[in-house]
Parts: sequence; structure tokens; C-alpha cells
Amino acid sequence: MTQLPAHTDRKLGLVIDLDTCVGCHACVIACKGWNTENYGTPLSDQDPYGAEPSGTFLNRVHSFEITPETGAAQLVHFPRSCLHCEDAPCVTVCPTGASYKRVEDGIVLVNEADCIGCGLCAWACPYGAREMDAAAGVMKKCTLCIDRIYNENLPQEDREPACVRTCPAGARHFGDLADPDSDVSLLVAARGGFDLMPEQGTKPVNKYLPPRPKDRLEETDILAPFLEPVAETPQGFLGWLDRALDRF
Amino acid sequence: MAQRHPTLDLSPKVSDEIRKTTCYMCACRCGIDVHLKDGRVAYIEGNRDHPVNKGVLCAKGSAGIMQVNAPSRLRAPLRRTGPRGSGQFEEITWEEALQTAVDWMAPLRAEAPEKLAFFTGRDQSQSLTSYWAQAFGTPNYAAHGGFCSVNMAVAGITTMGGAFWEFGQPDWERTKLLLLFGVAEDHDSNPIKIGLGKLKGRGARVIGINPVRSGYNAVADDWFGITPGTDGLLILSLVHCLLKAGRIDLPYLAQFTNAPVLVNGDPDSPDHGLFLRDAAGKPLVLDRKTHQPVPFDAPGVTPDLAHTYRRAGITHRPVFRHLADRYLSPDYAPEQVAAKCGIPAPRIRALAAELARVAFDEAIEIAQPWTDFRGRTHDKMTGRPVAMHAMRGISAHSNGFQTARALHFLQILLGTVETPGGFRFKPPYPKPMEAHPKPHAKPTPDQPLAGPHLGFPQGPEDLALDANGTPQRIDKAFTWENPLSAHGLMHMVIANAHAGDPYRIDTLFLYMANMAWNSSMSTGRVIEMLTDTDPDTGDYVIPRIIYSDAYSSEMVAYADLILPDTTYLERHDCISLLDRPISEAEAAADAIRWPVIQPDRDVRGFQSVLIDLGARLNLPGFVTEDGQPKYADYADYITTHQRRPGIGPLMGFRGEGQSTGRGDPNPDQLDRYIAAGGFHTHPIPEEAQFYKPWNRAYQDWAVALGLYDSPQPYLFNLWLEPLRRFQRAAEGHGPHQPPDHLRDRIRATMDPLPLWYEPFEDAAIDTEAYPLHALTQRPMAMYHSWGTQNAWLRQVHGENPLYLPTDLWQEQGFTEGDWARVTSPHGTITVPVAHMAALNPSTVWTWNAIGKRKGAWALDPKASEATRGFLLNHLIHELLPPKGDGHRWANSDPVTGQAAWFDLRVRIEKTAPPKEAQPGFPAITSPVPKGPDALAWKTTP
Amino acid sequence: MHPAPSVIAFTTLSGLGFGLLVFLGLGEPAVTGWTAFWFFLISYALAVGGLLASTFHLGHPERALKAFSQWRTSWLSREAWAAVAALVVMGLYAAAAVFLGTRIAALGLIGAALSLATVFTTSMIYAQLKTVPRWNQVLTPLHFVSASLAGGALLAGQITPAAVLLLLAGMIQLGHWRVGDARFAEAGHTLAGATGLGRPGRIRAFEPPHTGPNYLLREMAFVVGRKHALRLRLVAAVLGYALPIVLILTPGAGHALGGLAVLCHLAGMLASRWLFFAEAEHVVGLYYGRHGTRG
Ligand SMILES: Nc1nc2c(c(=O)[nH]1)N[C@H]1C(S)=C(S)[C@@H](COP(=O)(O)OP(=O)(O)OC[C@H]3O[C@@H](n4cnc5c(=O)[nH]c(N)nc54)[C@H](O)[C@@H]3O)O[C@H]1N2
Ligand SMILES: Nc1nc2c(c(=O)[nH]1)N[C@H]1C(S)=C(S)[C@@H](COP(=O)(O)OP(=O)(O)OC[C@H]3O[C@@H](n4cnc5c(=O)[nH]c(N)nc54)[C@H](O)[C@@H]3O)O[C@H]1N2
Ligand code: SF4
Ligand code: SF4
Ligand code: SF4
Ligand code: SF4
Ligand code: SF4
Ligand SMILES: [Mo]
Repeated sequence: MTQLPAHTDRKLGLVIDLDTCVGCHACVIACKGWNTENYGTPLSDQDPYGAEPSGTFLNRVHSFEITPETGAAQLVHFPRSCLHCEDAPCVTVCPTGASYKRVEDGIVLVNEADCIGCGLCAWACPYGAREMDAAAGVMKKCTLCIDRIYNENLPQEDREPACVRTCPAGARHFGDLADPDSDVSLLVAARGGFDLMPEQGTKPVNKYLPPRPKDRLEETDILAPFLEPVAETPQGFLGWLDRALDRF
Repeated sequence: MAQRHPTLDLSPKVSDEIRKTTCYMCACRCGIDVHLKDGRVAYIEGNRDHPVNKGVLCAKGSAGIMQVNAPSRLRAPLRRTGPRGSGQFEEITWEEALQTAVDWMAPLRAEAPEKLAFFTGRDQSQSLTSYWAQAFGTPNYAAHGGFCSVNMAVAGITTMGGAFWEFGQPDWERTKLLLLFGVAEDHDSNPIKIGLGKLKGRGARVIGINPVRSGYNAVADDWFGITPGTDGLLILSLVHCLLKAGRIDLPYLAQFTNAPVLVNGDPDSPDHGLFLRDAAGKPLVLDRKTHQPVPFDAPGVTPDLAHTYRRAGITHRPVFRHLADRYLSPDYAPEQVAAKCGIPAPRIRALAAELARVAFDEAIEIAQPWTDFRGRTHDKMTGRPVAMHAMRGISAHSNGFQTARALHFLQILLGTVETPGGFRFKPPYPKPMEAHPKPHAKPTPDQPLAGPHLGFPQGPEDLALDANGTPQRIDKAFTWENPLSAHGLMHMVIANAHAGDPYRIDTLFLYMANMAWNSSMSTGRVIEMLTDTDPDTGDYVIPRIIYSDAYSSEMVAYADLILPDTTYLERHDCISLLDRPISEAEAAADAIRWPVIQPDRDVRGFQSVLIDLGARLNLPGFVTEDGQPKYADYADYITTHQRRPGIGPLMGFRGEGQSTGRGDPNPDQLDRYIAAGGFHTHPIPEEAQFYKPWNRAYQDWAVALGLYDSPQPYLFNLWLEPLRRFQRAAEGHGPHQPPDHLRDRIRATMDPLPLWYEPFEDAAIDTEAYPLHALTQRPMAMYHSWGTQNAWLRQVHGENPLYLPTDLWQEQGFTEGDWARVTSPHGTITVPVAHMAALNPSTVWTWNAIGKRKGAWALDPKASEATRGFLLNHLIHELLPPKGDGHRWANSDPVTGQAAWFDLRVRIEKTAPPKEAQPGFPAITSPVPKGPDALAWKTTP
Repeated sequence: MHPAPSVIAFTTLSGLGFGLLVFLGLGEPAVTGWTAFWFFLISYALAVGGLLASTFHLGHPERALKAFSQWRTSWLSREAWAAVAALVVMGLYAAAAVFLGTRIAALGLIGAALSLATVFTTSMIYAQLKTVPRWNQVLTPLHFVSASLAGGALLAGQITPAAVLLLLAGMIQLGHWRVGDARFAEAGHTLAGATGLGRPGRIRAFEPPHTGPNYLLREMAFVVGRKHALRLRLVAAVLGYALPIVLILTPGAGHALGGLAVLCHLAGMLASRWLFFAEAEHVVGLYYGRHGTRG
């Protein structure tokens, strides 16, 4: 139902490390694969072999270019999926109650059986996290792989989202952000994890870790001594060599 | 009207069964768990236990389900009915197909085996395909390495007995500084990403040296946006700085490299530049204690690096003195190279200083005693935690071999190869160059070739030339033009066969290589050569083409007979220590693929087909004494074939199932592999994990495993003597002499010490008329041409713009959505452009192999890949522009023959958008039906 | 936002229909019998037709009834209730007027209020969306309500109120455009904030996640050319508001001119509503390099 719970017991979510994401799209496809076969209707594709293929994806990876005041331009790869917001506008706008936020863990889900496919929730989401499936006519979104994380048919270590399990660079982390001692919370604290579009007031559960500062390698007083010449002449160099060899 | 939350099934059944096999959406060979429901593939994820990917999977790997179901899959053997290139075929039976192939090939073997040219592309069964070609007796066999990364392979193997390219890796666990030269994706796709993640987790520094700052270079802490083709200069400048500061690992150089080996230093001596050797041929070093020359491996020797040795009036100087003389020269000072490299001198110095700091001030130690080949025991392992990795960015240039060598040189000077925190080999490497075979290329009717095709010539006498000096191979590998072309030159095969130079062939037999499209230099011209007819006879100039592909690729249309392969989930494959295994630095490992599903089409695994053809052709090794087929199929071959007694394709579960490496064939071997998850690992003992080329424990372990039959310790080759032998010939010494027009080039480029020279194309053209470098990069989510048939992946990369740097973008007033005409000395294309600031200012680039031919891959002819996607290949040529000297020089590395893809120079003009990217090609008729209009793939609705 | 014909038709037609119902409920004109029948038929045709049109863009119209469940939070759900309530109350009111020839004034007042509420709830569906700053302003409900009332007055043949309301609605419309044009910037949405990557320098979208189209781009990243938008605004302002005023105030204007005024107004409102969607910038466009963030 579309009233948001006043409190959720846990806040399960993802922490995405923009310093590490290489933009490989592995998470995009693992997500597509898992969620096509599992929760709800398959993520369909239209015109898959045609001129304009287009399909439903719950996770997409952008790349952005940043040009600093000085120094070289940078690229940042940026995965984007549902942030499982605490104040999820997508939930409250839903006329049918199909969209809801779970009290147990804060996961925002769509109950596809109730969804009329009005699209309003997608309009309400600032992050483009919801996509209407063109074949099924229902709203699709990241389920935080709810059918993996509690799945007793999976070994314990596999009870994590498909995108997290597959990320080759280890740029995606999953855990309980309500627990200040969880690995993800510690990571957020240590690395200055931030919210996307805080001005929207959605209070996202998912956090992003900023890229570390780049291009710090410059000739400095600290580095210069490492290149102090051992000798300025060829003769001098040979002398150094001989002395150095004697030392071993 | 509050609703209750729906009750969810939080523990749905994931699958009926998991079958563990090896991915083949690319050549990285990750382990996969294939989930099946009702016998259909439901989901593919990474195998957590697998040494390569440890559970992770890339986009391609996860999209395997769309590959296995792609409408582009070939369905039955095909015989061409229309003209070549039309795509018109009829489906025939396997019996007809195999008989046709035998009818074409048998007479060739009987009369002139070289008239069959068998070249293979992206396969992983070169140990079988080469064995087959050797049995057939044709010298004309190679895989795709010549146009891929042979510079990397040969530079690595000759310099240090192993290469980055698939046979080594950074010590991801310990390294503190990683330099990545020219890597976009690499074959080690997932391991590199896992490794980068580890480094990031530890806060280790990653430096990307690449004209383009995308992918790995985007996450690198520092980016050196180098001008293409100049890495050699940058690296040698780093060498200069480090030498000058004495920041090199002298003990390492003295003990483990040929730095102390004495080199004839007398320019008047015929042996000038060659090693001083003892009677047994062992290179000599000066012992610092006795001042006497002794063999390099003499027990107890302390090799000297400083002193010269005079014998018979000739002064012999240690390699180290030669190299110090050269690289201490101010020519290599950062200020000298900065402008060419596009990197400011202070940044070069900073990089050198950082290398010095980390290698020596942050050295690490492992308290692990070990004994070297001279019998000396070391109480610990000292690591210089600087790792380097490089790939085609330095490899695919005409100066790539020497650049790759310069890079290894730098690693070795710092003592970071095979030491903790540095670069580590993966079994079956390290292996000295001398342990590799020499090339064999003399065909004899009805006879197998005397030995393997590919190898490492040690001097001019090993070249594949006949008595008249004519190349024996159709690709002219192992000739004066490219003496160390250890992987052959696949990019020259069609051009040479078409020109009948050095001779005409009859049947071109290709496997898994899209030569009529993205793997050719100059696609349009290759298409012309494939379809060209002899005006007198009306026959095709290349009379017969047999091709094995699994999918409806562009190349299919250009073959006369198609042998359709299965997909990777439907066949046996062997990822073998005899070939390109999946070893890690800590363990030998090999793997299999096995049919986790059965084909629903009339297709057969190519290896089984090859074995069948071998038997039908009566090839030695493929038939029993009484002429019966020796192997039922590839699975049978994998288990029962023995290369040497006790050594077969797979190392695990041999004999009774307990032996590893050596042991009798075990009929249960494949079942054991399947039960073990599709792979087998054999750990390297702790004391053997580093210093492998010199480590007794490692050498003994390798012998026990069967990697070699006796210990093979060796020195790293800072001075590469075989190159000097070719140089000497070019200087006029010895009985084997190069043609005159090549002398200067051989003298200049076959230098036994690394050097940098301008890429050939730059030197051959007016660079002001073509001011820009044009590159391609591998997209992480696409594999060459074959990713496009995948419904999920093609949504990510369905077209490719040409990325332009800021200055160019602004100068010509480009805006989003614009198109440009791109002209090289060899051709013109018209393509969509986009802006990129994080790019070397003289470089443009695009994603590789996104552009597709209309009608291929079972795509709609209006697919964006065919209308907006494009190839840079139309601008490239396998030859350099004519120099007016009567010769057409190859656009390849002069040492290895590596195709110089990235030497391409272009100019760019804004233009009105054409209807489609140019050049456009007419559509080919699809031999397979069109795909569905919608997909909603779920095994259990 | 994608200017889907179904939503354009829905908001325009039902706005007009409910606007007319407001006036009928207020007894302006106080019609009964056949006259009432025709008036109510027109208003119901517009209101119900609009509502039906709105279901065309549903993925599952057959489940439309579920949309009544979430009135506590969802404006769309409230709209459903309001619309049904308005139609039922006005239906009773209309039945009495047509068949019994009596106007039950109290019922009419309630029905009018409900009709107005319906238009208001419709407007709030858009106005509530922080993700579309152009809509997320006080003038959005005022625009919907004023336009609906003006249209209603026009249809109801209430010359003076219509003229006044059209003038008012026209001014609100202008205000909505004016305020709307600045809303995105005012709300402070930038690509830098959307990605959290603003600090080290200028940021722009480099590569989209997919080269192909997708739902988000189709639905929320519609772009309309500046010139085209200006032209349409002129059309909307002139046809929707100015011309109808002139027409109905033309001395001696009869049914013909009145009818023409209604048609003009309708056409103008269609243009206005097309712009309402087409010009609306959804913040998600930022991720795709829309809304002036390209550098
Ligand atoms: N411009 C430019 N061109 C380049 C490069 C570049 O960097 N820039 N790179 C070059 C390099 S390094 C390489 S390696 C080449 C790669 O080029 P290719 O070797 O041509 O690689 P692919 O395009 O992957 O095509 C291989 C063929 O194998 C087929 N295939 C796929 N799976 C199977 C299978 O299971 N069985 C069989 N029998 N066939 C199969 C595919 O359908 C395809 O037709 O491209 C080269 N071309
Ligand atoms: N996903 C995916 N993986 C693949 C493949 C694929 O098609 N897709 N192909 C496989 C094959 S066959 C191969 S050979 C490998 C190739 O793996 P890579 O070597 O990573 O391949 P390329 O994409 O050719 O990358 C060349 C890189 O070098 C840079 N570069 C070009 N010229 C220079 C230069 O002069 N100096 C420097 N420093 N950099 C330069 C380019 O910008 C680019 O980043 O990838 C393999 N893995
Ligand atoms: S899988 Fe990981 S590294 Fe790759 S795009 Fe996704 S988050 Fe980034
Ligand atoms: S990210 Fe979007 S879909 Fe997910 S909870 Fe927040 S508002 Fe809803
Ligand atoms: S599309 Fe479905 S989930 Fe979204 S608001 Fe409408 S009914 Fe609710
Ligand atoms: S958590 Fe699951 S559903 Fe969400 S993006 Fe990751 S894989 Fe997709
Ligand atoms: S890197 Fe990707 S495509 Fe290649 S083998 Fe591994 S999972 Fe498969
Ligand atoms: Mo390659």
C-alpha cells in the first residue's frame, strides 16, 4: 500500500563506489538475466534484432565527463538503479497500492498483480529507476533481488543481489544501512558516501562513494630526492656502479 | 482501504540443475554456473570456485543465454549457390559437406600440401588445429596472434620467458603501484577488474598510460594521456631517469639477467655484439671474486656488471655497460621526449621518482627461503611492489615489439619480474625462448610437416625460406621482413593468396575469424580479393574457401562450404596447458567445456569435425595402424591423445585418476572434470611461487607436472642476442643474407637493446596532411563482431561515434549529432562524431567492431550497427603507402610482423549527415531466418 | 515529458466537461428538460470521454478499479474518487433536472464542488511532482481550475463570467509559463547534484548507458524546440483565451460565434496542454545530458 511505513526495521540497499566502477555493464546484464527469469514478468525486449532495439532494464550504467578548473578531464562511470528511498515518492503516488515499501527491510517493490501500468510512479521517481515493461504493461524496478537475498535455495554466500555478486571490480556493496556497524555503513562513513539529488527529499537508502582525487602525481619536493643523480659523468657512474656492487 | 503487503515467495527454486562449464563469450575463459530449468538455460552466473573469475562475470558472460538462443546461429552445413559474397546457400548434409572437403583437400595433400592454408581465429584449440595442420603437411597454418598481440608475446617470451599476454599477471595481492600501458579490456577481462578492485580496496596507486581516459584508465589515480606510438620513448626516458639516479636493482640484474654477460665490443669483429661463450655454448660472465669469465650458471659465481674483459685482442663488455652507455644519454632525458610523447617533462620525472620510491623505499619481504639454480639459498623473497601491464596499445604499432621490450626492460631494471608485488608468470610459463621450437615450413607431398609451424628463430638460418630465399609460407612469416613472426601473419594471408605471392594456393580453410569484416585491415579490399576472378578462367582467384563459424557472420557469405559449429554450451572444448590454459600465478590450472545442452540444429563441434576430416584424409595421428579413425570425437581425443608419453591435453585426473600432469589417459577424465566444476588446479608450492625462472623448487615442480622434461633455468635477456644475429647479417656477415632493400631497416630495428623509432606510417606520409591518430578500443560489453547478435548487448552498444578531442571539436565547430568525413592515406569514411575532453589532443577513437554489414548476424538490414555503426578498418591497409622504391612495405612490425592497427593517421572534416555511415555495402542474403520481433525470455512463465 | 495524446485529450476534455458541470451545478444556466439533457450530455461526453481516454495509456486498463484504493496518499486515486463522486452526484442532479424538471440546488452545489475538486485533483497529479519542476508550482492547480472554469463558462454560455474567467485563466496561463520557465533552475537541479560529481569541475553526460532508445527517454526526455514552443504558446494564448474573449464580446454574437469561440478555446487548450507536457523537464533527463547541461 502506498502509505510509507513510519519506520523500517532495516534499510537494505546498495553502496556504489564511483572510484572503482570501470563501466563494464556486468551489473546491468546480470540484473537483466536474473530478473527476467525471476521476480514477476520477464524484462522484455522490443525489436531485439531490428533497427531500434529497446528493452526493460532495472540498472543502467552512464558515463560522465568532468573537466576540472585545472588538470586533465576525467570520466566517471555511474550505475543507476532504484535507491530504495525512505521517502519514496514513487510509492505515495501509486493509485493502486501496487507500489509499496516493505516494513521489514525497506525494499521498495511493485506488486505486479495490482499494477495498472499508469506510469505515475516512474514520473515521480527522480532517478529514472522505474521502467514500464512494454510487453507486460506493468512497472518494473529493482527488487534488490529480494528473491535472492532471502532465498534458502541459494548458499548463504550467494544471498546477495545479482549485480553485486557479479561486479568484477567489486564496486557494488550490499547491506543494511540502518545498522551503523554494518560493512556498508562503515564504508559510507569512511569514504564520504553521499545521496543523489538530496534536494528531492527522497532520502535514498543507496549511497554513492565519490571518486578519489585524481592526477596527484606531480614532481614535488617529496619525490625529487628519489631521482638524485648518483653521478653526472659516465666515469662517475661507473665508479658508483663499482662501489654499489661491492656492497652486495 | 489499506492493503496488506502481498505474500512473496522469497525462496523460489533457482533451477533444477547447475552445470559448471567455461564461458566463451570471449577468450578470458571464466568459469560459469549454467542454471537449467526443464533442460533449458535459465540463468548464467560466475563459478565462485573458479580460479579465473572467482564468481564474477562480465556483461558478455551473463548475456550468454542470448547468445545460445540467437537467431544468427547457423543451422546446418551450407554449400554456396550464388556468387561469393551474395550469401546464397543451400543446406546440405554433413556427409556431403565432409565429402566435399575431403575431395578438395586430399589431392592437395598428395601433390602440394602447401596449397591448403589453414588459419584459425579466436579459438582456444590451437594445440589440436596445429597438430592437424602439421599432420596434413601444410606450412600454412597459424592462429590470429599475428594481427592481435604477437609483439607483446614475442617481446615477453624473448626478453623474460613469458608475456603479459595471457601468461602472466601483476601480483594483485601485493603490488602498491600499477602501471597500465595501452589496456582497454584485455583477454584477462575479469581478472584485471578483480585486481583493480583489490588495489582500490587497499588504496594502491594505479596509473593509466593511454591516449584515451576511459574504462580502466578512468578509474586510474593518474592518467598519462600519451600520444600514440610514443610509449617506447616515455619508457626509455624513465629508464634514463632511474639509471641516472642509480635506482635499479643491481643484485637482481647481476644474478638473474644477462646484464653481466660479456658482449663482444669490437666493431671490426665478425662476432661484434654476440656473447662470449664457452665451448659448450654457455654465455660467460665475469666473476667479481675471481675476475675470471665463467658460465653464467656456474655454482657460486658473483656476476660482475662493471668490468670489461679482454681476450684475443677483443674487449668484451658486460651488457650492463652497453645499456648504461645508451640510456644515460641525454637523448632520453624527459625534456627531450616530452613534446613527442605529449607528456610534460615534470610529469615524466614524477613518474620515474614514484617508481623509484615504491620499488625501493616500499620494498616488501616474504620470509620464505628458496634456492636458486646456482645452488645458492636465499633466506627471503624481496619484492619491489611495482607491477606493470600492457596490451595492444603498445603492441599494435610498427614499433610495438621494441616498445614492449622496453617495458620489460624497465620492469627488469627495477627487479619487479617474478618478485613479490611485481609481475608473475602463470604456468606453463616461464619458459626460455630456446625451449620453444623453431619454425618448420618445408612441405613434402603426402607427408606431415617435420615439426611445429610456429616457433622462435634464433638466427637467419632458422627462417622459413627455401633454397632460393623464397618464403615457404603464404603469409611470409619468418622471413627477412619479419623474422620473429612467431604467430604467423593472418592479416597477410588473403592478400598474398590473392596476389599469388609467394605462390598460389587452392583452398583457404578458416575457422572462427571474421576475415571479410572486422579482422581485416582494409575490409573493402579484402572483400574484393575474396570475390575476384581470374579473367581467363572465370574462376575465383582464391579457388576454394572452407569456413567454420557458429553464426551468420559477414565471413560466411564469402565461403564456398560452411561447417557450422555449435555454441559454446553445446560442445567439448579443452583449455589446455598445451595451449592457453587458465593458470594463475599460484597454480597451474586447466579446464574444459562440455555440452551442458544439446544442439537443436544440425551442427557439430568443429574440433570433432576436424578430427573426422583428419581420419577421412588418413592423416598420421588421426588414424590407427589399420586406417581406422583414431578418435571417436573431440571428447575422445581430449582424454586419450598423448602429446608425449603420459602428457595429454588435460593435466588432471590422469592414470587411475590420482595423477596430475603426467600419467596414462583416464577414460573417466572428463567426468572427473565435470564433477570438479569443469576445471582442475594444481598449486605451486610456497617456496616455488616467485623467482620461477631461477627457482629450483619451481623448476622441479614444473618438470614433475610435465611442463618440461628437465629444469630450464635461464637469464632474462636485456640484450637480445638473436636480434643481433639478424642485424649482423644485415651488416653483411654470414651466409644468410637479407635482400638489399631490407638491410637498413633490419639494421635499424633489430637492435639487441630496446629502442624507439617513429611508427612507419608516420615516417611514410605527410603527417601534416593527416594530423590525427585514429584508434579503436574494445568495449567491455561486446566481443568483436560476435557480441552484436546478442539482443541484450546490442542495446548497450548498437552504434559507435568517433570521439574527437576538444580542440578539434571547437575548431571545426562540431555540435552534438554532427557527422564527419575521415580520411586516411588509404580511404575515407563518413561517420557520426562525439566530443571527448579526456583524450589526447591529437587522437580520435571509436569502439571496435560495432559496425556491421547489412544482412549479417540475422539483424534487420536497417539495424543501427549497419546504418550508423562503422569500422575504422576501411581506413587501414596491410601495406604502407608506396614509397616510390618499387616495394610495398608491410604495415607491420619489422620484427614480429604484428599488424600495426594503431599507426593509423587521419584527417577530419565536418560534413552534412549522409543517409548512412559510409562506405555502405549492399546487404548480403541471410542464410538464417530473421529473429523474433519481441523477446520475453523466461523458461518458466 | 512525452506529450501523449491520451493524457492531452484527457486533461483538456475532462477539464472542459467538469467545468461545464460546475456551472450546471451552480444553475448557470438553470436548465431543465431537454435543454438540460443536451447540456448534461455534452458535459458527460467530455468528462467521461476524457476519463476514458486517460485509460488508453494504462498498461492494464482492466484493473482500473484498483486505482480507487489509495486515496489517502495518491492524487490519482483521489481523482478517481472525486470524478466518480462528481459524476454520480451530478448524475442525480441531472436526472432530476431532465426527467423531473426540478433542480435540486443543494445537490447541484455539491456536484459543482465535486467537479471542481476533480479538476483540482487532476492538477495535483502533476503539481505534486517534484521531479517535474515546471509542474511543481502553485499556478499548476490554478491553471487547471481556471482553464476548466473558463471553458465551462464558455460552454455554459455565461458570457460575462466566461470573459472574466478567460482573461483570468489567460493571465494564469502566462504566469504558469513564466514561472515554469524558471522553475528547473530555481529548484536547483543540476547534473552535478544528480550525480554528486559536481565538485571537481564542469560535468557533462559522456556516453549514455544504452545507444538504443528506452522507456525513460521516450516518456521523460521529450525535447521540444524553442521556436516551436514559442509559436505554440502564441497559438495557445490567442486561440485559447484571447480570441474566444473577442468572439463572445463581439456585439451581437450569437450561437455561431459562441460555438466558434468554444472550438477556438478547445484548440488553444489542446496546444496549451501539448506544451504543458512537451515543455515539462523531468529531472531524470539530467542523467541523459538534457536540460542545458551539455558543455
Ligand atoms: N580496426 C581494428 N580492427 C581490429 C582490431 C583493432 O583493434 N582495430 N583488433 C584485431 C584483433 S586483436 C583481433 S583478435 C581481431 C578479431 O577479429 P576476429 O578474429 O574476426 O573476431 P570476431 O569478430 O570475434 O570473429 C570471430 C568469428 O568467430 C565466430 N565464432 C564465434 N563463436 C564461435 C564458435 O563457437 N565457433 C566458431 N566456429 N565460430 C565462432 C564469430 O561468429 C565470428 O565470425 O580483430 C582485429 N581487428
Ligand atoms: N570485451 C572485450 N574483451 C576483449 C575483446 C573484445 O572484443 N571485447 N577482444 C580480445 C582481444 S582479441 C584482444 S587482442 C584484447 C585486446 O585488449 P586491449 O589491448 O585492452 O585492447 P584494445 O581495445 O585494442 O586496447 C588498446 C588500448 O590501447 C590504447 N592505445 C592505442 N595506442 C596506444 C599507444 O600508442 N600507447 C598507449 N599507451 N596506449 C595506446 C587504446 O586507447 C586502448 O585503450 O582484448 C580481448 N578482450
Ligand atoms: S559491474 Fe561493477 S564495475 Fe561494472 S559497471 Fe557495474 S558497478 Fe561498474
Ligand atoms: S529510487 Fe525512485 S523508484 Fe526507487 S524508491 Fe526512490 S523514488 Fe522510488
Ligand atoms: S504504474 Fe503501477 S506501480 Fe506505478 S503508479 Fe501506476 S499502478 Fe502504481
Ligand atoms: S539489486 Fe537486483 S534488481 Fe536491483 S539492480 Fe541489482 S541485480 Fe538488479
Ligand atoms: S570475461 Fe566475460 S565473456 Fe569473457 S570468459 Fe569471462 S565472463 Fe565470459
Ligand atoms: Mo586480439
